Amino acid sequence: MDKQKKEPLIHITKRKEISKKHEWAIRLGSILIALVVCAIITTITTHLNPISVYATMIDGSFGSERKIWALLKELSILLMVSVALAPAFKMKFWNLGGGGQVMAGVLATATCMITLDEKLSNGMLIFVSLIAALIAGALWAFIPAFCKAKWNTNETLFTLMMNYVATQIVAYYIIIWETPKGSGKIGIINPNTNAGWLPTVAGKQYLLPVLISIAVTIFMYIYLRYSKQGYELSVVGESQNTAKYVGINVGKVIIRTLILCGLICGLTGWLLVAGTDHTMTTTLEAGRGFLGVMVAWLAHFNPLGMVLSGLLMVFMSRGGGEISTAFGLNKSFGDILTGVILFFVIGSEFFINYQVHFRKSHRKEAADV
Amino acid sequence: MQDSRTPAVSMRNITKTFGTVVANNKVNLDIYRGEILSLLGENGSGKTTLMNMLSGIYYPDEGQIYIDGKPVQIASPKDAYDYGIGMIHQHFKLVNVFTAAQNIILGIDEENGKKLPRWSRLDLESASKKIREICDAYGFDVDPNQKVYDMSVSQKQTVEIVKVLYKGADILILDEPTAVLTPQETEKLFKVLRNMRADGKTVIIITHKLHEVEEISDKVAILRKGEFIGQLITKETNAQEMTNMMVGHEVKLNIDRPEPKNVKPKLEIKNLTVKTEDGITKLDNVSFTANTGEVLGIAGISGCGQKELLEAIAGLQPIDHGEILFIEDDGSKTNLVGMDALEIDKKGVSLAFVPEDRLGMGLVANMNLADNMMLRSFRRKGSIAGFTDRKTPRELAEKVVEELEVVTPGIDTPVRRLSGGNVQKVLVGREIAMNPTVLMSAYAVRGLDINASYTIYDLINKQKERGVAVIFVGEDLDVLLELSDRILVLCGGKVSGIVDGRTADKNEVGLLMTQVGGGAIG
Repeated sequence: MDKQKKEPLIHITKRKEISKKHEWAIRLGSILIALVVCAIITTITTHLNPISVYATMIDGSFGSERKIWALLKELSILLMVSVALAPAFKMKFWNLGGGGQVMAGVLATATCMITLDEKLSNGMLIFVSLIAALIAGALWAFIPAFCKAKWNTNETLFTLMMNYVATQIVAYYIIIWETPKGSGKIGIINPNTNAGWLPTVAGKQYLLPVLISIAVTIFMYIYLRYSKQGYELSVVGESQNTAKYVGINVGKVIIRTLILCGLICGLTGWLLVAGTDHTMTTTLEAGRGFLGVMVAWLAHFNPLGMVLSGLLMVFMSRGGGEISTAFGLNKSFGDILTGVILFFVIGSEFFINYQVHFRKSHRKEAADV
Repeated sequence: MQDSRTPAVSMRNITKTFGTVVANNKVNLDIYRGEILSLLGENGSGKTTLMNMLSGIYYPDEGQIYIDGKPVQIASPKDAYDYGIGMIHQHFKLVNVFTAAQNIILGIDEENGKKLPRWSRLDLESASKKIREICDAYGFDVDPNQKVYDMSVSQKQTVEIVKVLYKGADILILDEPTAVLTPQETEKLFKVLRNMRADGKTVIIITHKLHEVEEISDKVAILRKGEFIGQLITKETNAQEMTNMMVGHEVKLNIDRPEPKNVKPKLEIKNLTVKTEDGITKLDNVSFTANTGEVLGIAGISGCGQKELLEAIAGLQPIDHGEILFIEDDGSKTNLVGMDALEIDKKGVSLAFVPEDRLGMGLVANMNLADNMMLRSFRRKGSIAGFTDRKTPRELAEKVVEELEVVTPGIDTPVRRLSGGNVQKVLVGREIAMNPTVLMSAYAVRGLDINASYTIYDLINKQKERGVAVIFVGEDLDVLLELSDRILVLCGGKVSGIVDGRTADKNEVGLLMTQVGGGAIG
């Protein structure tokens, strides 16, 4: 403990206003510092040239057409989850259940593909699985929303727990449908007939998910910014008292918004199974429900901003993977670099909101009484 | 006032400012042992701020506090406890799932002046014993093992007091302790306070209820708008003198009061009763009529049901029983009870409401002026169904800024950045723009400077001349008497009287505010 009761060395005040330029300068500056710190860590721990490590990361993400498509696929799935979370977060409903809502969609799609593949035409099967996935995702979001609206339950805990419920149900059905028996895996669903698989658009396997995610992102941007419902949910998020004052039914808005959330998550689950992976595992969602939270926060819930923050995340994970293989490093090394960069990017938000003054002159207050 | 004894607490030239607001300006206060002092003042007069400095929550900008004649620095609540000062706040600070005893010993790391070792045993039993001793000494009624969530408001307050005594405080500050109590509970509390006085303790009670001042205190100190007005011996003064000192004789505000025209009943309230979730009656059988072309002032001390009354009419308060009848021009009546704000609006009842909590209810602090204008209009049909019309609110925002001279960098500035007066102009401007038939406002000029206040009075008068039924809840009696055509006085949730604003006398209204029916007026 400091014994002197003098003015502290640094003094932190909340900024009143900050120009967009200044804001971005802080952000870019923080990324630059992060890159320098990463370079130092890389040199010390691996004795590699950090420039070549960075070059490899870029190469791993954008190096070839195949790599670019893989990056775009990753980005579009992550973006959809993030965009799905945006309205809930804007409403200050802390939905940590994006993963569970995606898994509900995954399960519904896989169920349709496995059980209905011989009963329906391919187009019909795709359509039915889509509807099933939407309903499942929406239901998974509706349950915590309803309880929040009715009994004011804690949505953070509730949605979090719903993730585990979803994963466990998926685990159960994986055992029921496992092929071959005893493998504990489902494998590729309908490998021969490709029943229920989404068609490839213009010969590109991942073009469809990319297009859908673009559409969803633009939709959400417009929804939040220009629609009456978007306006209502931001009023609810800012002040429930004001919402009631102008006659907004808070419970209804909560439920409606979360259903929208769940619909997009369900759609994402459908894309994962029918569009990209064609299988069901308990880890298919791969933590995107949580990663999406970060993407959404970093972009301040602006869907267009999420394209950038999402890209940063996907780039770091793919680039990190690439350097591990290229230089024979431990797989965790990429994660370390990702962690450092995120630390600085998130930390920059502090400097955007607050100003740090260092002690200059002695301010007279408390001490001289 | 001369006294040869050394005061237990002496505050000298205490000044505290928050930004540009001077909460306390060179306040002097002396309190002696074995005395109960009432700190009297209207809302915003700086009573709580002054006491917060004594209890270590704020630190004075200027001035010196003396305890038993010695200058002291109280920089934290812990320092205050070391000097034997304990404060019981208006809002209780108890852990709900803990028992009384657990709450009482929370944060205590000393025993008989010695610091307890870090890993000492949590001795709840001896604590309970000590609590019982304190209770017996002063006549409290506390079960140390009862959980806080099982307690009534008055029991929680008792725990707070015992907590302070347990820590060894002999200077107690109570911030409006009776605001949440029934008359019987108040009586019990006063008995305990008298026992403490007999025991030589010093008690400061913050209040604005005159009859309580007269009943309990030996001395009374009066603050007005942060200034120290005077300290009196309670026995030597009377309610009128205290009121005069509390309200003050200021420069006469000349507020217009146009003659009401075309007066017709618009809103009829019948036997309205409103209770809080805890079952405390906030409004008790309130009946009155608000007329078009008339300003109905509502007077009353803080917390006597004004807020609930307006919120009940606006559809924001669950109503226990009673009727709120909106009278159409053709004489037909619509009962608004049970409708929320949206349903009232859909019925075609244009009800403007300027609530007390401007940024927490009337406006969204983080949204800009244009988006705040949209709060009332966003449901109107836009050019595309389902989308908000953003042009009209922007135009309205521009208009309000221009006409009411709102000082703002622009209409894209979040309203939280505006000053209090400008925030209020934005809110009132929006509410008036909805062409209301009934306009309700709560403390419309609180915290506003003279100019902004006049703007608001003018706006209210213009609405009255337009034929709007205006309900104006105010705290400044002078303003109420000058602006209102009739004044409804509330006291403890009951209608204490309805007087004519042109003929009513300030003292008469003041007495009605504290006693139902005004007691013996004279």
